Amino acid sequence: MKARVTVTLKSGILDPQGKAIEGALKSLGVDGVASVRQGKVFDIELSGSDTAKAEAALKDAADKLLANTVIENYRVEVLS
Amino acid sequence: MKSAVLVFPGINRERDMARALRLASGHEPAMVWHAETSLPKDTDLVVVPGGFSYGDYLRCGAIAARAPVMDAVRAFAAQGGLVLGVCNGFQILCEGGLLPGVLMRNARLKFICRDVHLRVERSDTPFTRGYNAGQIIRVPVAHGEGNYEADEETLKRLEGEGRVLYRYCAADGAVDERANINGAAHAIAGIVNEAGNVLGMMPHPENHVEDIMGCTDGRGLFAGLVAHLERAA
Repeated sequence: MKARVTVTLKSGILDPQGKAIEGALKSLGVDGVASVRQGKVFDIELSGSDTAKAEAALKDAADKLLANTVIENYRVEVLS
Repeated sequence: MKSAVLVFPGINRERDMARALRLASGHEPAMVWHAETSLPKDTDLVVVPGGFSYGDYLRCGAIAARAPVMDAVRAFAAQGGLVLGVCNGFQILCEGGLLPGVLMRNARLKFICRDVHLRVERSDTPFTRGYNAGQIIRVPVAHGEGNYEADEETLKRLEGEGRVLYRYCAADGAVDERANINGAAHAIAGIVNEAGNVLGMMPHPENHVEDIMGCTDGRGLFAGLVAHLERAA
């Protein structure tokens, strides 16, 4: 089973890296960029085929390690 | 003072720290590998040193904070044991839930490696009793992610409870935007936990303890810890 955990900064948290990327995109002449927030994507392969179980395990992984919930939100998706 | 210095893969300031501890206390610190599940008997002080544990992968300190030895550190701290985290050690203590908040990327995105001035906010704690309240000390910093942030409620509590022990300042003690090198909330350089026995700080006092280093302003922190423990004994 394939899954994806996406970790993003909570709104209101200053994102200096996102700001730098935003500046770089503007200087490259990419049109219409209003703002950029950067984050992380984890592609995870799981053994077993129980979707509910997989989601619970991924949530556990995100809470324990993948995200720092003081500043980050996460989203768990089971892809296949 | 019997101290234990934790060693994680990627840490590189543990020997500087051990040297400063040895100079201050006359005792050889125990070096404790991250896979250990207990601390040496009669440990007075646990130090989480600086460096780049696990290559700063995922988030600075995130993986080290979940190492087996950290459960022993949490139990030690819960019993009132003294814990000092410097630089990556501060990040590890925040990631491990021993201190509130988080160390974010420096506001101006650059890795900063130079001397800074700190204002010692109070002298009546184990971590500052070697100084006078309001004293300005000069110590080095070397970090890319030292921008301390926490939610408003936490910041209010830290200030209200006098838990900010070290603050970035100018040479004359002024706390302003320019002196706040990494953009930390309230120019915070070092904080303690609610019980006051766990300190995390970004600057490196262990690198200013001998004349050959050009400055000995960091000595007060270690001398203060030794004095505190002698008095408690």
